[in-house]
Amino acid sequence: MNITDIIKPENLVYEKPALMNDNYMHYCPGCSHGVVHKLVAEVIEEMGMDEKTIGVAPVGCAVFAYNYLDIDWQEAAHGRAPALATAIKRLNPDKMVFTYQGDGDLAAIGTAETIHACNRGENIVIIFINNAIYGMTGGQMAPTTLESMKTSTCPMGRNTELNGYPLKISNLLAQLEGTCLVTRQSTHTAPAIKKAKKMLKLAFENSMAGKGTSVVEFVSSCNSGWKMSPDAANKWMAEHMFAMYPLGDLKNL
Amino acid sequence: MAEDIKLMKGNEAIAHAAIRYGADGYFGYPITPQSEIMETLMEEHPWTTTGMVVLQAESEVAAINMVYGGAGCGKRVMTSSSSPGMSLKQEGISYIAAGELPCLLVNVMRGGPGLGTIQPSQADYFQTVKGGGHGDYKLITLAPASVQEMADFVGLGFDLAFKHSNPVVILTDGVIGQMMEKVVLPPYQPRLTEEEIREKCPWATLGKPKGRKPNIITTLELDSAVMEKINEKLQAKYRHIEETEVRYEAILCDDADYIIVAFGSAARICQKTVELAREQGLKVGLFRPVTLWPFPSKELNYYADRVKGMLSVELNAGQMVEDIRLAVKGKIPVEHFGRLGGIVPDPNEVLEALKKKCF
Repeated sequence: MNITDIIKPENLVYEKPALMNDNYMHYCPGCSHGVVHKLVAEVIEEMGMDEKTIGVAPVGCAVFAYNYLDIDWQEAAHGRAPALATAIKRLNPDKMVFTYQGDGDLAAIGTAETIHACNRGENIVIIFINNAIYGMTGGQMAPTTLESMKTSTCPMGRNTELNGYPLKISNLLAQLEGTCLVTRQSTHTAPAIKKAKKMLKLAFENSMAGKGTSVVEFVSSCNSGWKMSPDAANKWMAEHMFAMYPLGDLKNL
Repeated sequence: MAEDIKLMKGNEAIAHAAIRYGADGYFGYPITPQSEIMETLMEEHPWTTTGMVVLQAESEVAAINMVYGGAGCGKRVMTSSSSPGMSLKQEGISYIAAGELPCLLVNVMRGGPGLGTIQPSQADYFQTVKGGGHGDYKLITLAPASVQEMADFVGLGFDLAFKHSNPVVILTDGVIGQMMEKVVLPPYQPRLTEEEIREKCPWATLGKPKGRKPNIITTLELDSAVMEKINEKLQAKYRHIEETEVRYEAILCDDADYIIVAFGSAARICQKTVELAREQGLKVGLFRPVTLWPFPSKELNYYADRVKGMLSVELNAGQMVEDIRLAVKGKIPVEHFGRLGGIVPDPNEVLEALKKKCF
């Protein structure tokens, strides 16, 4: 059998989502962002909502998210994405609106915007990449940095007396009446990616059904920030991050 | 039919005018002396009539970023606050100006610095016309001197904001915000439909139809050469606005020996001062900048060739006086008189100051 006999539409098992363009990604090899971007693109496409979706990008590594997905985007100031999304959705109730934020953006500088958007039950999706570090600025301590974990601003390891404790913000958001779905997912294995996509789709469906705010946390690796190989970073994540941030639904109404 | 004249506070006039103008959204946070704006909007509940969204945000920071999001969709959105709250909004204002997005901002000034006082002041002149937030940007700034102008400048403000894709500020204070006067409100006009917005604002993020490129509202550009071009484009726009949008009022300036320059509430006080001066046979005029940026520099320079001196009367320690001095290029002496901390001078006090400082 010739290879050209195999490459036929009926044999297609996987393709790049049409919403993902061919721009070179600036993300480091091994980073979770690329996979999550792909899942977002797939879900929007499968829902047939590409003409009605508006994304809000954060400040952090995903600041350039708008370069990779061919939908309308707004780029927020650091931490303010849920405020932008609130207005975009309220002024355009028929649109599908999501924010894409990292741990510093969502759980440090943007804590107030995050909590209050969730507490108002804004019909938006909040995608939360938790890799326990500030990637874009070069590996500083994040609110979710684990105890004893080393970063450039806690080079001896996070000391809870000095720096406080890792912030399990999703647990906090799950307590709010306005959230309908708060789930913690990962993209480090094929089954995990499949599960994560299912929950991401549910989150977007919730937002269009007017059920309230859906938060999908992706416990992620930052191999360059963690100074590990991609494979070692995934293993370290499974061993240490999942202990502090266990995967699964914190709330699913 | 007789005109529909109503009696109301300046703050209330802003709220009514916004609904009638077809504003799409208001996002605010309570602060004295401007809370009547959001209170009036909530009482009128326009979401049941025109469909206007009114939302009390968790902070001024959130409110201005809601405005940022709404403006990015090409919607007519606004916020209001008072001095300490406006300080909190400066980051967002810088982003909105950088994104070249239209929106209406209202600052009902109170005395500062710090928490200051809830009494009226004009001490945010510098913050408003010189920047306030980071980076080289400008805000079209309208200074109403009556409740009628509070109402009129809502429509004018939105029109200028969309004409130039730039934030517009109504810079007023506790006097104009709280005082009651008669006002003729603008007629009702419908909010724009999504199709109309897509037509007028092709850059708006309302969802990407097939065949058009994604609309991206961003203020980030890491390539310095490109960022310089973006800045140059902004500056060219600002020069154009300076050429075309200057507004002012000159009262009895043509035969004057001395001119008082004042805006907003201070101009209202000085109007009486001019009357008192004229009764005493003193040729005094009043020049009232209506746009604080763009500043009526050429017009003031014209009068500088015809008068002996100018007095800038402001409810601050001397801010606009610097722009007047730049405008007249040293041709005549320009003095300043101001009261601070929420004190409002009376017209006689201003006349005495004029005689003492300028004559």
